[in-house]
Amino acid sequence: MEGSDTTQSLAGEKVFPRAGLREWVKEKIFLGMSPREYARSLVTPFNIVAALIILAGLPLIGLRFARGLGAVTNASNVQPWGLFLAWGLFSGVPLSASGFVLGMVVYLFGLKRYHPVVNNAILIGFVGYFFAVVFLLIDLGRPWRIYYPIMISFGPASVLFLVGWHVFLYLSCQFLEFCPTIFGWAGTERLRRRAQAMTIGLTIFGVILSTLHQSALGAMFLLMPGKVHPLWYSPYLPVFFLTSAIAAGICMVIVVSALVHRLFKGRRDPHWTEKLNELTLGMGKAVAFVLFTYFGLKIIGIAHGNHWDLLGTSWGYWFLTELLAFVLLPCLLFVIAVQKKNVALVRFGALLTIIGVIINRLNVSLITFDWNLPHRELFNWKEFMIVVTIVTIEILVYRWIIKRMPVTPEHPEYKVDY
Amino acid sequence: MDRPISRRGFLKGVLGSAVGGSLLGRPVQAMAANLAKRPDHYGILSDLTRCIGCRRCEAACNKANNLPPPEVPFDDKSVFEKERRPDAGAYTVVNRYEDPKTGQPVYVKRQCMHCEEPACVSACIVGALKKTPEGPVIWDGDVCIGCRYCMSACPFSIPAFEYFNPTSPRIQKCFMCYQRLSEGELPACVAECPTEALTFGRRSELLELAHERIRKDPDKYIDHIYGEHEAGGTDWLYISGVPFEELGFPTDLLTTPYPELTHGFLSFVPIVLVAWPALFGGIYLMSKGREKESETETIGENEREES
Repeated sequence: MEGSDTTQSLAGEKVFPRAGLREWVKEKIFLGMSPREYARSLVTPFNIVAALIILAGLPLIGLRFARGLGAVTNASNVQPWGLFLAWGLFSGVPLSASGFVLGMVVYLFGLKRYHPVVNNAILIGFVGYFFAVVFLLIDLGRPWRIYYPIMISFGPASVLFLVGWHVFLYLSCQFLEFCPTIFGWAGTERLRRRAQAMTIGLTIFGVILSTLHQSALGAMFLLMPGKVHPLWYSPYLPVFFLTSAIAAGICMVIVVSALVHRLFKGRRDPHWTEKLNELTLGMGKAVAFVLFTYFGLKIIGIAHGNHWDLLGTSWGYWFLTELLAFVLLPCLLFVIAVQKKNVALVRFGALLTIIGVIINRLNVSLITFDWNLPHRELFNWKEFMIVVTIVTIEILVYRWIIKRMPVTPEHPEYKVDY
Repeated sequence: MDRPISRRGFLKGVLGSAVGGSLLGRPVQAMAANLAKRPDHYGILSDLTRCIGCRRCEAACNKANNLPPPEVPFDDKSVFEKERRPDAGAYTVVNRYEDPKTGQPVYVKRQCMHCEEPACVSACIVGALKKTPEGPVIWDGDVCIGCRYCMSACPFSIPAFEYFNPTSPRIQKCFMCYQRLSEGELPACVAECPTEALTFGRRSELLELAHERIRKDPDKYIDHIYGEHEAGGTDWLYISGVPFEELGFPTDLLTTPYPELTHGFLSFVPIVLVAWPALFGGIYLMSKGREKESETETIGENEREES
């Protein structure tokens, strides 16, 4: 279908060989292989494991829709949110801040040398938001009403209302931001240029939306002073969430770019290979600044609530673990790595940072939630299995796109023309 | 009615407004609505010194709201061995505690507190939960999407969810028999109570009554009306002879209304919406300008070199 559309709209433009739809599909979808060759190429150890995970997970997702949320989760009337939101929304969205941060740096601040990673950053963001919505669809009691806050009934005094609107708008925004890459892949040059022309506007829009909803995810917990542990609860939660999301977004670009570089050798071009090390060091430097700021803010948070005494409790040790091992340590690692030009160390620091942000979001939304109740179960294996399944699908979707579209290697003809 | 702006009227206004507008200006308006004088809601005063733990309120509630039959019959006192909480099948439950001084049983009926300014209402993404001008906090099943933010927002952890209902799970809690109220009847539990442990009336009158009882019999009561200030004030009030912390009541609550906790953030939203395009647009133009400048400089230098 895509192919025929393209052929029509591009009459006269020389985009792909005129051999027709079949050739186009072979080239663009089957990576230049015949369907049989392609099917054979799919049988890899990774794919087999992924298939097994998905086969195990799908029945559980079916069970959720057949018997209700209670059949697959440990959610209760006092612990209404489980792993689906703690992972899918509260952790997934900050990890997807990559698109807005890199877009802002490259297109608005004019640091064009980061252009080689910006498309990948936008793709990571887009896929992340898309799957945050998938998690929402699994978690909502009545998922078919997911559009209600947008079209049917409004709760404007709710922070969640803001989050809902923004995730919806930002998902659309990121799709449009990614369109130049899609059209570049499809070979529709005129459309690609038109999409490219929107970049600056979309980037500014994305920065507005991201500033607001990344912080709004933290603001959601402002309503729960007695439920979130005082070490994690703070009136500064919105600022904490926004700052750490910026760090997480950049670190996702560092780590995922490194993985793509290693795993998909066919997706390198000279530009990418040459520059990646240098860019990784540059991004490491930026994250060091962000993490240092975040560390300072967290200390201010403790001082503001005067919770120093709580640091000596077992919750305090857990808090210090999060703060020292996953914020301060990577911050120092980045400083050392940048000085010694040690790219591998930057990547390790980035991985620590990502884990740290996930731990933080799980702490706020799940682990410390209702911490003073005597008996709590955080999540069960079915819930966990569904999360693993969705994440596996997420990785497969990302890989499908990265193997086909000009995300990491820039199209030679389209370099820096914004 | 000569009441000031009600929340319902406010919400109606919002529903009628354009989508874009509702994104921009509403949070500030919500604040203004809260600053308006509160109407004198209906409420219920629960006098724990009078409750005998007969559980007839539970039975009446069950019948009035067509709830599923209980696992343990309502006349079975064995339920008191475990502390219970309201859930999707029971809007209210009575728990038994012990007076630490006398060893006598103290019975506490738990249900939605019907906050004056409810956290759940401010949390609801679709405005399904509403504070009626009469007082009850009600829920609209036609728009609820089942996000359960009301549950995590409630400082009393009251709203319950039908976790095993895959097609139309409801948020369940006491609605102060809103239907019966609008037909001029008392809430079912109040009508049924044989010892007048529950009194229905205007909140201001109930507070007066509570103060009077405490004043008249200071040995019998502790000097605390639970709900007068908790969570910014609730329409359900309690007086007791035993300190509330001994009776499973949350006592670490704020005395400011919970929705105020997010007001500061929400009022920041329009500022970002207006200021960020200018700020980041400006940054873009500056970086673009600098780029052009350096380009012309380079060109100029090249020309000089050539000549």
